Amino acid sequence: MTETEISSIFVSIFVLLGSLLSLVTTIGLLRLPDVYSRTHAASKSATLGVLLVLLGALLFFYKDSGLDARLILGIVFVFITSPVAGHLISRAAYYTNVPLWDKSVRDDLKNVSKEKRNRSAER
Amino acid sequence: MRTNDVVLKTATQLVTFIIIIFSIYVFLQGHHNPGGGFIGGLMTAAAIILIGIAFDIKTVRRILPFDFKLLTATGLLIAVLTGIGAFIFDATFLTHTYDYFYLPLLGKTELATALLFDIGVYFVVIGVTLTIIFTIGEDS
Repeated sequence: MTETEISSIFVSIFVLLGSLLSLVTTIGLLRLPDVYSRTHAASKSATLGVLLVLLGALLFFYKDSGLDARLILGIVFVFITSPVAGHLISRAAYYTNVPLWDKSVRDDLKNVSKEKRNRSAER
Repeated sequence: MRTNDVVLKTATQLVTFIIIIFSIYVFLQGHHNPGGGFIGGLMTAAAIILIGIAFDIKTVRRILPFDFKLLTATGLLIAVLTGIGAFIFDATFLTHTYDYFYLPLLGKTELATALLFDIGVYFVVIGVTLTIIFTIGEDS
């Protein structure tokens, strides 16, 4: 097998896996019960899906124009910012009292925030 | 309620540098590739607004302690002056030219006077965007 054939196989694997993960994200957004599990689906698998598609693009353009700095920067940028966005969305939902799924059993943050509120009330 | 958002602040400190450097890159490559003064200015303004969201408008005022309306005026002045500068060389208004120079590290580089005009556009876009956003966002 020549070099281009091997690289095109890898490109197709990366792009297919990435689009599959994006599909998984969409199904997760539709099927999961509450905000927190939905942001869990949206931030994790969507990030990896985008990363894999970008990696495929990086490999695809490597043989023509070398490593594209913008794509590497895009990979690093999405990898940093997407989980932070998911964190902020679920955090904003929690502090505006969006209810958890009725079958969820543990809420560790509840006691912490209650303690904090009591402490600030004492002062 | 002002909560303690360490994650956003730390990510902002890292990401702002990436956005500003990429905006300067987009600004400089505008002559030959997609990009230019408008989109570069918008991206720089977006980075500054991100600092404003993660920290405070007061912090941004401390980092950039001047009126953003002055930035707009400076940009317009630069743009007009590059147009008037053509008169010195006996050409019509807004005539642009370019030449090749040998710079250290970069080698043979094409420098065009259109870059000066683009710097004006860059400043105007940053100034107008930040003025709009911070005028709306500030508590009176």
